[in-house]
Amino acid sequence: MISVRFAKAFGGAAITAAMVLAGFICATRTARAQQNPSQAGAAAAAPDYSKAEVHILPVQGNVYMLVGAGGNITVQAGDDGVLFVDTGVAQMSDKVLAAARGISTKPIRYIINTHMHPDHTGGNEAISKAGLTIAGGNVVGDIGASAGNQAIILAFQSVLDRMSAPTGQQAPTPEGAWPTETYTTPERKLFFNNEGIEIIHIPNAHTDGDSIVFFRRSDVISAGDIFVTNRYPIVDMQHGGNIQGVIAGLNKIIEIAIPAALGGNDVLQEGGTMVIPGHGRLCDVADVVFYQEMVTIIRDRVQDMIKKGMTLEQVKAARPTRDYDPRYGATTGIWTTDMFVEAVYKSLAPKQ
Amino acid sequence: MGGTSPEKLTGILGLLIFFVALLGGRVAAQAPPGWGAASGEDPSGDWSPRFDEDWEERIPGPEIGDYLGLPINGAARLRGDSWDAAMVELPEDQCRQHGSDYGWRGPSQLHIWQEVDRATQRVIAYHTHLSAYGAEQTIWMDGRPHPPDYALHTWQGFSTGEWDANTLVITTTHLKENWIRRNGIPRSDLATARVHLLKHGDYLTVTVIVYDPVYLTEPFIRTTDFVYTPQSQMAPWPCEPVDEVDRPEGVVPSHVEANPFLDEFPARYGIPPEATRGGAETMYPEYQLKMKSMKRLPRPAKVVPNR
Repeated sequence: MISVRFAKAFGGAAITAAMVLAGFICATRTARAQQNPSQAGAAAAAPDYSKAEVHILPVQGNVYMLVGAGGNITVQAGDDGVLFVDTGVAQMSDKVLAAARGISTKPIRYIINTHMHPDHTGGNEAISKAGLTIAGGNVVGDIGASAGNQAIILAFQSVLDRMSAPTGQQAPTPEGAWPTETYTTPERKLFFNNEGIEIIHIPNAHTDGDSIVFFRRSDVISAGDIFVTNRYPIVDMQHGGNIQGVIAGLNKIIEIAIPAALGGNDVLQEGGTMVIPGHGRLCDVADVVFYQEMVTIIRDRVQDMIKKGMTLEQVKAARPTRDYDPRYGATTGIWTTDMFVEAVYKSLAPKQ
Repeated sequence: MGGTSPEKLTGILGLLIFFVALLGGRVAAQAPPGWGAASGEDPSGDWSPRFDEDWEERIPGPEIGDYLGLPINGAARLRGDSWDAAMVELPEDQCRQHGSDYGWRGPSQLHIWQEVDRATQRVIAYHTHLSAYGAEQTIWMDGRPHPPDYALHTWQGFSTGEWDANTLVITTTHLKENWIRRNGIPRSDLATARVHLLKHGDYLTVTVIVYDPVYLTEPFIRTTDFVYTPQSQMAPWPCEPVDEVDRPEGVVPSHVEANPFLDEFPARYGIPPEATRGGAETMYPEYQLKMKSMKRLPRPAKVVPNR
């Protein structure tokens, strides 16, 4: 277990390392966590991935959700091949690949990373090496055909910055796991498996390298850790995260998602665009709205307390999250309620 | 020519009845649990709601801060206190369906019908349609398991049913968050609902028991009645979200500070404010004795009828 003290002492580094554990906890203990979310973190002793299983949940259209390998993984499959959004923890790569092969035996062409944490990028190297990039034209043409012997790993630029290191310094992740292609614009577009795919950057949210991925024909959004269903949003301030960015990301999802709303055979405000969270269960936009309302209300309360001149300790003592704590709070584990309130406060407080 | 004596015929007939009964019993024993409507009174048909119970809460709507009789915890109480009725103006909230544990409370015609397996003629499922928000619930009767916890949650949830004598007992999981009371008191998406459908003559009593580990300290039980109305008509209920109020994107109305309207309900009805805060204790009759010693707010000079 990553203790609170450890997390406080090492800040973002601890959060990053603990993401691996968090993914495991969320994947294998979801039922228990939902009975009593506050026990989720405490339950994480030593993750034993040998007993973990990867489950496949068909979402809609060409898109599937893989559960159980750390952060949720999105798989889009079709005639062109297989595309992953995130790859789970490294230890689960073989099981993830086996699950993906159960969906399609076509070549793995793309991996898109929603952010840099290892519960979402840990499988990059193994899954990328199991894939192929169609080389030619201006695709890997300049660096040789051997670069085509793996799937493209695509992410926002800062994901590469965080996972690699300047020449001569020790990188936190192996080179084979690094993004091979990055973008720095607000949006990157792909067309794959007869489907338009929008990769939308959300600045300074969960981290400073977040992307949400919108499969336009399948009508599915892969949200990364901007949206999770089993805890308060983790705001990794050491890596550029900010609560305002998280809320902006949730608002963006609500903006582009369209729920069924006409009645008749369609259920009102349900279904339509499906949303795969970074952790937790499959959702639609109504679930995102509940979560966005919760985060926004807490943000507004803390903002109000800051305006009144309250210190961080006073804000914590006032417990601005207490109506949501039985659902999302935790007193132990990698992301306690206390840490969340502190992140909200520091996101909003005037810089000294 | 050997005739068959009446005694012999009676014996053969008796044996035949015995074997048929045995065979029938074996078939019944082999049927998956919950199949068929044989053990209960089929609730299929059209039903109209009766509002003799809880009119104020159900139709005009509950008052702000009325948590009486709800076994809620402090977290639910704060959700209610900070709830702003302007929430329902938000486009993304305007067309929200009621959950299947709450929808019975609305001004809804109710239609119930069977889904029958064509080969076996067994009841696979019951379906309910409530006119409010066009809510449809499927109650699987074929013994199928509930989905894994990572599956989608819906307004109506995933329901299975089985007969307990004459009562259809429905268990629902995978619910989205919804109301306990329509003044901001929530029921979480981790709740389970158990519904008892009991048809008695021309009446249908729906007893809903909500188990919520997030917001309730005890199961919450309430009943709703319907009367058989074969001539009723079901109106469609389309809903199209519109921008009712021009607000910046992402605004979520809520009472960040204390809700200024919480005292109106206890003052209007002369109920001790402490009692209106709810909690399991307020469900039980003996609580009325305790209320006698509680402080009450002065009644408004002019009591305006609520409705």
